[in-house]
Amino acid sequence: MTHTLGRPDFDLIAGWIEPGHRVLDLGCGDGTLLKHLIETRGVQGWGVEIDDANILAAIRNGINVIQGNLEKGLDEFADQAFDHVVLSRTLQTVRHTEGILREMLRVGREAVVSFPNFAYWKNLRSVLDGRMPVSEDLPYQWYDSPNVRFFTLLDFEDLCAQMGLIVRERHVLDEDGNLVDRTENRDVNFLGSLAVYRLTRAR
Amino acid sequence: MSGQSVGVVESQRAHFDQPLHLRSGGVLPAYDLVYETYGTLNAAKSNAILVCHALSGHHHVAGHYADQPDNIGWWDNIVGPGRPLDTDRFFIVGLNNLGGCHGSTGPSTLNPATGKPWGADFPIVAVNDWVHAQARLADRLGIDSWAAVMGGSLGGMQALRWSITFPQRVRNAIVIAAAPKLSAQNIAFNDVARQAILTDPDFHGGNYYEHNTRPVRGLRLARMLGHITYLSDDQMGEKFGRELRNSSFAFDFDVEFEVESYLRYQGDKFAGYFDANTYLLMTKALDYFDPSREDNGNLTATMARTRANFLIVSFATDWRFSPARSKEIVAALLANGRNVSYADINLNFGHDSFLMEDAHYHGVVGAFLRNIKP
Repeated sequence: MTHTLGRPDFDLIAGWIEPGHRVLDLGCGDGTLLKHLIETRGVQGWGVEIDDANILAAIRNGINVIQGNLEKGLDEFADQAFDHVVLSRTLQTVRHTEGILREMLRVGREAVVSFPNFAYWKNLRSVLDGRMPVSEDLPYQWYDSPNVRFFTLLDFEDLCAQMGLIVRERHVLDEDGNLVDRTENRDVNFLGSLAVYRLTRAR
Repeated sequence: MSGQSVGVVESQRAHFDQPLHLRSGGVLPAYDLVYETYGTLNAAKSNAILVCHALSGHHHVAGHYADQPDNIGWWDNIVGPGRPLDTDRFFIVGLNNLGGCHGSTGPSTLNPATGKPWGADFPIVAVNDWVHAQARLADRLGIDSWAAVMGGSLGGMQALRWSITFPQRVRNAIVIAAAPKLSAQNIAFNDVARQAILTDPDFHGGNYYEHNTRPVRGLRLARMLGHITYLSDDQMGEKFGRELRNSSFAFDFDVEFEVESYLRYQGDKFAGYFDANTYLLMTKALDYFDPSREDNGNLTATMARTRANFLIVSFATDWRFSPARSKEIVAALLANGRNVSYADINLNFGHDSFLMEDAHYHGVVGAFLRNIKP
């Protein structure tokens, strides 16, 4: 299966976003996702990045990018300023997990969150074999990983429930980027390498 | 240094007969602006960039004069073929603002009504007055809209003011090391600098030209004070520390610490060429700058009038106009859904960082400008 820019979650995210929407991408890297959304969905986009090289790359890509630290909140952004706030493969790198989720739904109507699932069976097998997992969705060695939070799909859903966040949609992908077509939560947690959620606040 | 210098440049002079009504209520019946240009204005006149200067700057932004090879423009490191302000693509305009002391009409130039230097009679000018004067220069050059207006510090404030006053004439604005208005602390520093000049016995109420003297002592102190606020504490510590010029304490009031020597040198140098009345005017323009005043302090409402794409740049060690001040501008633009990028550059030179050559800083400015289609 081929995916846009080699990122299967990008296609899912793009499918949730309507033309003309205002999108904020947290940890936007070089702005690849925003550029894709601007070109294919005609959105208005802004990114937040902490890293100098990514700031430069995003500006080079013609993307609006704001240098900032997600751990310190999103003070520059007004309440409900965006239709979608995206946190793509970044939640596991943020220490203030609840803080950033709350901030996303303060500045945005909907939050889109994707993250690697640590309960994916290959990751579990790795640990059983005595090694920390390294995979397509967890591409780092333990000593150079930016990840600071290690959690599973089920853990995440518990936190959402605890915080009163509503899961509007969930897509779970295996390592090849194919949708995991199971209904049992336990199976999905076992077979999914990457989870993509669409969240809102309770209305 | 990447790219090349623009090489030999010449300054030009434009005379304006149409009176300029100023924010202060004063009127300049006629005035001159000196300016320089680099690169070539394209047929559509759509590739022009205006570079606005800060407190002590002027029209000589880049290059050098044929008869003064050592007189290099104040922002030469960013202008030229292959540099961020690429003269192969853009037509760059720099000018000396009204009230300046580098050739444009100011306190030290002759008032045609009296045949004497303007001195204390020169009216107080505001940032918005400069912007209107600059717009007339743009008209003269046939430039309907700037590809970009940019500057650092007080120059950045002019870029911001341009985007508010003439939204249709600014396609991009680059606002570096600036603030939407001065803080009480900023104004306090400016007032101490002004008091140093105003209380100098050689000031003569601003008409020192007639007395064939200059308030050099006051201007020197003003510059020494200002200079401290342009540097970072870390940088001063690294550069001077507590180094002594001689090995032991002298227990007197002569120059002992290296930092004293440096500041006195900077003060003397500046007082030797800069005009004290211009210094007073520039600091007042800074103090009065507050475009949100028209909207009861609501900067978001003010920035709603803008149409430009923005690049806002701050420096982590700048405590005169700290990153938080730049973020106020960013927040007001975001609240209006404007196209804006913001970079906080980690350079160690405090407020003066904006004049430094740094690969990342210049990379950011260059990348933003490369995406502008003239």
